[in-house]
Amino acid sequence: MSRNITIKPGGSAREYWLDLWEHRQLLWILSKRDISVRYKQTLLGIAWSVIRPLATMIVMTIAFSVIAKLKPDTGVPYPLMVLGGITIWTFFANTFTQISNSITLNSNLVAKVYFPRLIMPLSAVSVGFVDFMIAFVLYLLISIVGYGYWPSSNIVFLPFFLILTFITAFGFGLFFAAVNVRFRDIGQLIPFLVQVGIYACPIAYSSQMVAGTWWYQYHLLNPVVSLVDGFRWCLLGNNAYFDPRSLYSTVIVSTIALFLSIAYFRKKESSFVDHL
Amino acid sequence: MSVIVAENISKKYIIDHKNLRSGSTIRDWFSETGKRLFSRQGKDGSTSSKEEFWALKDVDFKIEHGDRVGIVGHNGAGKSTLLKVLSRITEPTTGRVSIKGRVASLLEVGTGFHPELTGRENIYLNGAVLGMTTHEIKKSFDAIVDFAGVERFLDTPVKRYSSGMYVRLGFAIAAHLEPEILIVDEVLAVGDAEFQKKSLGKMRDVSESGRTILFVSHNLTAVQSLCNKAFYFEKGQLLEQGDTTHIVSTYLSRVSRKSLEHIWDDLSKAPGNHQVRMKSLKLIPDYRDELTHIDVRTPMKLSCEFWNYEDNAMLNLSIHLYAYTGECIFNIGTRAQRFSKGLVGAVCDIPGNFLNDGSYVISIMVVKDTSEVLFNLEEAITFDIQDYREGVTWYGKWPGYIRPQLNFSISQTEPVPND
Repeated sequence: MSRNITIKPGGSAREYWLDLWEHRQLLWILSKRDISVRYKQTLLGIAWSVIRPLATMIVMTIAFSVIAKLKPDTGVPYPLMVLGGITIWTFFANTFTQISNSITLNSNLVAKVYFPRLIMPLSAVSVGFVDFMIAFVLYLLISIVGYGYWPSSNIVFLPFFLILTFITAFGFGLFFAAVNVRFRDIGQLIPFLVQVGIYACPIAYSSQMVAGTWWYQYHLLNPVVSLVDGFRWCLLGNNAYFDPRSLYSTVIVSTIALFLSIAYFRKKESSFVDHL
Repeated sequence: MSVIVAENISKKYIIDHKNLRSGSTIRDWFSETGKRLFSRQGKDGSTSSKEEFWALKDVDFKIEHGDRVGIVGHNGAGKSTLLKVLSRITEPTTGRVSIKGRVASLLEVGTGFHPELTGRENIYLNGAVLGMTTHEIKKSFDAIVDFAGVERFLDTPVKRYSSGMYVRLGFAIAAHLEPEILIVDEVLAVGDAEFQKKSLGKMRDVSESGRTILFVSHNLTAVQSLCNKAFYFEKGQLLEQGDTTHIVSTYLSRVSRKSLEHIWDDLSKAPGNHQVRMKSLKLIPDYRDELTHIDVRTPMKLSCEFWNYEDNAMLNLSIHLYAYTGECIFNIGTRAQRFSKGLVGAVCDIPGNFLNDGSYVISIMVVKDTSEVLFNLEEAITFDIQDYREGVTWYGKWPGYIRPQLNFSISQTEPVPND
């Protein structure tokens, strides 16, 4: 690992990515740390990863199906539609939140050791991903055992939607992570965004309900819509409503956000320590 | 071969008097920016409260392979900023540094320790944070545990560790790094005396193994025993570099000359009131053996002159000597006496081999009728006493506020009979 380094204002991009690669073990260890610390000193431990989506599903089903009498897509049980939506939304929201807070939460490291700062947002993904895997297994169990609903063959597209979800969360989260170092308002803003998102995205309702309305075109502009609809389409098959046009905004917005965020993060990361 | 070459490095910080730094909110930013926009055509210059501060200014140096460099200077002289730049935590504003070889920097013991994780997990975590590979950590795992002495608590979360264990474990991991260049900041300031001794010994082993070391410490004894070269920083500039003994004595003589004398020529600016006013206050060290700084052996004279504005006043002078931490070490007063208007002088002898090394603060009090405080000058003089030891191979902080030389003898009272 011995090589010559030059320290100067700006620094070089090539060296940076090489450095990032050399620190891959640290990425792994920080991810492991976040996972093993997650449910320390809780009675129920990892069971929380099951309880939370399950409870949300029950509450939403009662509130929106029984009381508000919203209709699911034809042929899809309402609770299953909600659970699918919650599963992917939670993955998105958790990852996004954790990435946004990754630098401020690790401020002790930023102040005392060097490593490419991109390691922190990257490792912050781990917890959300593990939670997602658990929630996903839970979904499959409920779907198959509870409703006799086997995943459709569309499931082969699932990795595509997961990667897209990750890119979207990372692209936005990374920007917020860098801004959060300077302005702690972000810490207040994020829970609010997540709360708004759960209604702005088709989780408790189907995009089909919006399809006829004048604001449908704006609905499609929301980059998370295709992630939620697409995820459900993979699992519930063609019964679930999925408008492929919604993918345009996701792919375009997320890609641009990703590149801009990385550029912004790279520009700001050398001065993180001065603001923490 | 030069392993570190620094050319013209400077580091600028913007000090914002409106305190728009960490934890600031967007509202502050908006209001600041708004004010700036509107005051552009106005004549009010008060909004531009930003001030540049150069933590490092045009620093140039070369460090050769195997050098052990001690960095000395006051707080705020730029030592820590230099280490931060060299360990790439922050970027210099201008200039460049080229470094040959693997660098490990140790600016804190136990960086990144997670309280909920066990000792074992934290060894891997901290090792990785410091730049060790998992393979390297595995290889020295046993040695680390042994050095820290935490075998029995390996699977206990570190939040249950005593602070001593915590520090020992942190240092043990760092001590088993095998970098070509090691950067260390004040690590020895932590832990108990026993541990300081151990860690200093380890540092010496490391230095003898031919690695390059940069070492910042306020413990000058440690710097002198460990380093072959030293840099002296003041106000962000590298004032002098060279042989350790020479640099350390330059540093010390500058320190002690700093604030030992106060002479108020201008009566209107002198501290005091309508009854008494200070004229001069001096701490005069009686340097011996060509010494240029105060150490534990140096006797000192405190002399004080003040104007008395009241005729036939019954006055006495009282001195408080405080340790830097605030405890009063002693309070001594002169006898009370009647004075007419005019200058009054007092002298107090502070013997050598009396105070321990450390920083001290003197306060002066003029008292009337042995009960009424006419005037109190707090923190009138601050001074440092440096360590000096002879025939001792231990370098930890000598405990206590005073270090008197009392009659204290040891002898063999009865030999074991030969058989």
